[in-house]
Amino acid sequence: MNLKLKALTKSIWVFHAACSPCNNCDIEVLDLLTPRYDVERFGIILAGSVRHADALLVTGVPNYKTAQRIKKLYEQAPKPCFVIAVGSCACGRNMFRESYNSPCNLDEIIPVDIYISGCPPKPEAMIAGIVKLIKKVGSSKGY
Amino acid sequence: MSHKVIIPIGPYHPLQEEPEFFRLYIEGERVIDIDIVIGYNHRGIEELSEHKHFDQVAYLVERICGICSTSHPFAYVNAIEDLAHIQVPERALYIRTIIAEMERIHSHLLWLGLAGHFIGYNTVWMWAWRYREPILDCFEMITGNRNHYAMMKPGGVRRDILEEHISPLKKTLDELNKATDMFYGAVVDDPVIKARLKGIGILTKEQARNWCVVGPTARASGIDIDVRRDDPYGAYDRVDFNVIVEKEGDIFAKTLVRIKELYESIRIIRQCLDKMPKGEIETKIKEIPAGEGIGRVEAPRGECFHYVRSDGTNRPIRHKIRAPSYMNVASNKIAAVGGTISDAAITLAAVDPCYCCTERCSVIRKKDNQKLLTGWDLIKLSQEKTEKLKKEMGL
Ligand code: SF4
Repeated sequence: MNLKLKALTKSIWVFHAACSPCNNCDIEVLDLLTPRYDVERFGIILAGSVRHADALLVTGVPNYKTAQRIKKLYEQAPKPCFVIAVGSCACGRNMFRESYNSPCNLDEIIPVDIYISGCPPKPEAMIAGIVKLIKKVGSSKGY
Repeated sequence: MSHKVIIPIGPYHPLQEEPEFFRLYIEGERVIDIDIVIGYNHRGIEELSEHKHFDQVAYLVERICGICSTSHPFAYVNAIEDLAHIQVPERALYIRTIIAEMERIHSHLLWLGLAGHFIGYNTVWMWAWRYREPILDCFEMITGNRNHYAMMKPGGVRRDILEEHISPLKKTLDELNKATDMFYGAVVDDPVIKARLKGIGILTKEQARNWCVVGPTARASGIDIDVRRDDPYGAYDRVDFNVIVEKEGDIFAKTLVRIKELYESIRIIRQCLDKMPKGEIETKIKEIPAGEGIGRVEAPRGECFHYVRSDGTNRPIRHKIRAPSYMNVASNKIAAVGGTISDAAITLAAVDPCYCCTERCSVIRKKDNQKLLTGWDLIKLSQEKTEKLKKEMGL
């Protein structure tokens, strides 16, 4: 594992981008920061700009208006950058699959590293997902 | 200094958890105009609804918005029951009311937290969300999920409130009552919160009426409307509660309305738990006849309206939704203009906007002769904003 990746797994700064979610996933993400779950103790905080972030957390189904913006956001992120898809919407478009305003899955726009499904996933599930990601990156040689 | 500056906020801005885009026109420190560009959240729910059968639509409309995830299904089932003249069992009505009021509590606490966050009081945020957790636990206990409860179904509710759920719920309510006392004290007595919120973002009664605002936003401006009392649905006509109205119309009044409504919600749930009769929780529906029906619900943000038309098949042929934020967001134009830029964030947040709700039906885009600033260079926009802010503050 190279140095950059090693540093990346230490305390992950997350940029949260909502591309037309129903808000619930976003609220649960914010919930992670509040006293009960308090992920700040692991060094995880929300970054104000994607250029300062180690991970891009995406919620919701991409629609025509947000799809291009998500792509641009990913392009602006310093690499390597994890992409975390939170919620069934971001993982596979949930029940909005047939919508006229939902062109494609998120992973057809940007490469997704980890899918946390659930509608919305519980905060515990999100923490478990991130732990799995870190473990996997830690154990892999190349990435 | 009086040159005109445009400050873009969004669509991806650290302050917002939803994509939305405001363009503030600034002269010196004053906001002279504001453009609201929405459409980032449009998912085509009304059209999707016409491809799902009546039972599935309840799940779909639940996913319009995560915060009012009972209000939309509640309004929808009201519309269906109005359409098909279904008599809902008494117990189901009480359960619906309890769930709806629990949702109001969690939504108001959530707003209180975010409002605290917007004015730089992160302590308020943490405390409010801390007290929100027990309510979510109760939701999980009763419905099986922390959010998106899937309780409403045409003709009744999906799950019963069991005997063993009642005492933990009552205990949570007692604790919440104490916490609300604390919040009330903290907001009313705190000089800083007063200075930040009093006299800011005023919406007078007349303006409120002209802009057709609903819910707490209207009630804070002295308009006495509440669907729960004016057109009772669920079990609201069987319980006793007050409609909170304040006169001032500023953000402080909006905060007060929401905090006082917490007390009322707690009272309603307690009464429902005591009065709830035993019995069935749903009526079996054989078919939905052709016709049309409407359903109204007082969501945490105001009146939520659903219209369903059926042609006798198993799908609605038209489903129209009007969410409360659709009315409330536009009033930002009045409330924010004339204020200072530093108050803009809290003013924009004061109506408790919910774009997920608003954007299911139409993409609204205001065209003007100004160049549309896209959100492509986030950091630049963000820095620009800070810099402008600094510059203006220094001047
Ligand atoms: S996965 Fe569910 S909770 Fe999350 S944004 Fe989609 S509909 Fe909302």
